[in-house]
Amino acid sequence: MPTRSRLHVPAPPARPGQPPDFSYLRLSPAGAIPRPDTTASWRDLAELATGLVRVLDDTHQAVGPWHPHLEAQELQIGLRHMLLTRQFDDRMVRTQRQGKLSFYMKSTGEEAVSVAAGMALQPGDMLFPAYRNQGLQVVRGRPLVELMCQLLSNTGDMCKGRQLPVMYHCAAANLFSISGNLATQFPQAVGWAMAAAIKGEDHIAASWTGEGSTAEADFHHALLFASVYRAPVILNVVNNQWAISTFQGTAGGEQNSFAARGPAYGLPGLRVDGNDFLAVYAATRWAADRARTGRGGTLIELVTYRAAAHSTSDDPARYRPRDEPEHWPLGDPVERLKQHLIGLGEWSDARHRALGEELEGQVAAAWKEALTYGTMTEGPRLNRDLMFEDVFKELPEHLRREREMLRAEIAGALSAAAT
Amino acid sequence: MAQMNMIQALNSAMDVAMGRDPTVVLLGQDVGYFGGVFRCTDGLQRKYGEHRVLDTPIAEGGIIAAAIGMGVNGLRPVAEVQFADYVYPAYDQIVSELARLRYRSAGDFHAPVTVRMPCGGGIRGGQTHSQSPEVLFAHVCGLKVAMPSNPYDAKGLLIGAIEDDDPVILLEPKRLYNGPFDGDPNKPAVPWNTHPKGEVPAGHYTVPFGKAEIVRSGAQVTIVAYGTMVHVAEAAARESGLDAEIIDVRSIVPLDVDTLCTSVCKTGRCVIAHEATRFAGFGAELAATVMEHCFWNLEAPIQRVAGWNTPYPHAFEWEYFPGQARVSLALKAVMEPH
Repeated sequence: MPTRSRLHVPAPPARPGQPPDFSYLRLSPAGAIPRPDTTASWRDLAELATGLVRVLDDTHQAVGPWHPHLEAQELQIGLRHMLLTRQFDDRMVRTQRQGKLSFYMKSTGEEAVSVAAGMALQPGDMLFPAYRNQGLQVVRGRPLVELMCQLLSNTGDMCKGRQLPVMYHCAAANLFSISGNLATQFPQAVGWAMAAAIKGEDHIAASWTGEGSTAEADFHHALLFASVYRAPVILNVVNNQWAISTFQGTAGGEQNSFAARGPAYGLPGLRVDGNDFLAVYAATRWAADRARTGRGGTLIELVTYRAAAHSTSDDPARYRPRDEPEHWPLGDPVERLKQHLIGLGEWSDARHRALGEELEGQVAAAWKEALTYGTMTEGPRLNRDLMFEDVFKELPEHLRREREMLRAEIAGALSAAAT
Repeated sequence: MAQMNMIQALNSAMDVAMGRDPTVVLLGQDVGYFGGVFRCTDGLQRKYGEHRVLDTPIAEGGIIAAAIGMGVNGLRPVAEVQFADYVYPAYDQIVSELARLRYRSAGDFHAPVTVRMPCGGGIRGGQTHSQSPEVLFAHVCGLKVAMPSNPYDAKGLLIGAIEDDDPVILLEPKRLYNGPFDGDPNKPAVPWNTHPKGEVPAGHYTVPFGKAEIVRSGAQVTIVAYGTMVHVAEAAARESGLDAEIIDVRSIVPLDVDTLCTSVCKTGRCVIAHEATRFAGFGAELAATVMEHCFWNLEAPIQRVAGWNTPYPHAFEWEYFPGQARVSLALKAVMEPH
């Protein structure tokens, strides 16, 4: 028996050069987790926080009580949104590699997390995304040109050149502004939901954050306020196993699931297969139904895998086995939904190929159009005066002065260059 | 006109704002049933209901984040941070989120949140209940920041803050809650009903942001102060026999540069007084501003009066506090012929 304390430092099961190992991942067979009524108390939902809600089995059949029984057409739309998200991501990374974007972040392998949840919610519901939820923008019909203009910080940028690429927003589509500071949007979503309840409206809020960011105080504030005030909110933890180089165990995922944080605060916690479109859809609907009927918030952990690099500034081969993505036991969300639809007789390889080509063309055409609004080096540029706007609602005197100073600075530089 | 102390004036401001606009809500620790540890929200939950005056968990970061979300969803939240010393857990939400939401979303989202917090020393609060962190907010782009020195301004600024679509940080010098304070703790406390600014209209009015007030006209020297130091400066000026002009800054952001610099250009001498620590305090910004605008009119180096560059010690509260003696020495120094 040890007679001294010993510091435990969590370590991922495999680093570069070692064989990938996902044996730490607790899996439940598809269909095995019961689906309690949405009126159930969090006290009776313990199994949901540690099991894994899955609908699609290994043969891509939908099974069990969480099967949402969606029309084939809905599933085809979901497949289309996920594929478009992937094509968009792939194209934008290639573009970044060509030096035309400063930065980009892919969501490859995590498309269902955003797309299925986005489809399960209503247009009036307010979404507070993190930086890897581009699928929500796609579901809410944001034109690709609009997203690309943001990436380019050009004259069509909805952020007027003020944000790093991927920090989109759209007030009209109820997509909140994305912050580069992690998890800050989580308790804000709860505040939004509290206001909805105060006003007696039936819209709900939903937010997403990574498992790494659950370590921030904001995450705990969100759960606490959601629980205390029974705010109509869905709080999603996208557990993609990696926070840049830091594996989920360092965020506290080794001892207990992230979903289990929910019951600790008196909120239901659902651990869901994040690569299973049907499971994500069903879990989101379940939580939304609870929220809309005065039963408050739900914490959903979406177990997924970040198949690509954290960002274009990251090289995952330096901290995890190069072939780790191929060993991820929960497969690929696009492929799984595709196979499910084929099994239903509602899809085929040929149709999939044709859709891929169509979407690729759509992305290419959008990129061409986005470039007409300017790039970082060529074409029209945003007016520099915009830098001083929106700090306050009205331009105050000191910013008016600074705007004049910048104009003089530029005029001086131009005349110096001319002589 | 009604007589009010600063607590009653702040309470009246929230009452008036809530009565006029059903979207105004209050949240903070102990603000509901109890009415706040300083009683600023006394009776408001009873009057407006528990959906509009929320007792919150002890989580400043959560309070401000929730207020931001509420603001985005059409409410006008007024968040109380129980002591300015406790605001730091909320600093990220204030600096990175509240202050910049309008900017980063190009005006598509904003949160009209007012954050109230009692500040300053003189109540035996020690180093965790006495701080004056105004400069930490003044440095952040996108926040309006004000510190009233009397009940009339407190009410007018708070109503203005609540009605403002920009986020506002209102720092309330708690030593002034019950009466003006000239810096001498040995004198009997003076209530606000002895002071003209203790007369406060019962109804709606605002004190504009970006407007300083000349509280005493003079020709020999300008004293620039805010919060408690306005009263200390007045006492020191009286005692000095100098014909001093005293400017109450009131609004730290935006800053009324014109009133400030017109005065210093006239008098040629400037003393700046605040309770916060001196190094990189807001006095440094004021001194630089005065220097830029009034350099050729200055007869003497600008003097700064401030708290020492130490935490606020419990046992040496009055040695720390920039009282009349420190202001008098600065006045003497600035008046010395060169």
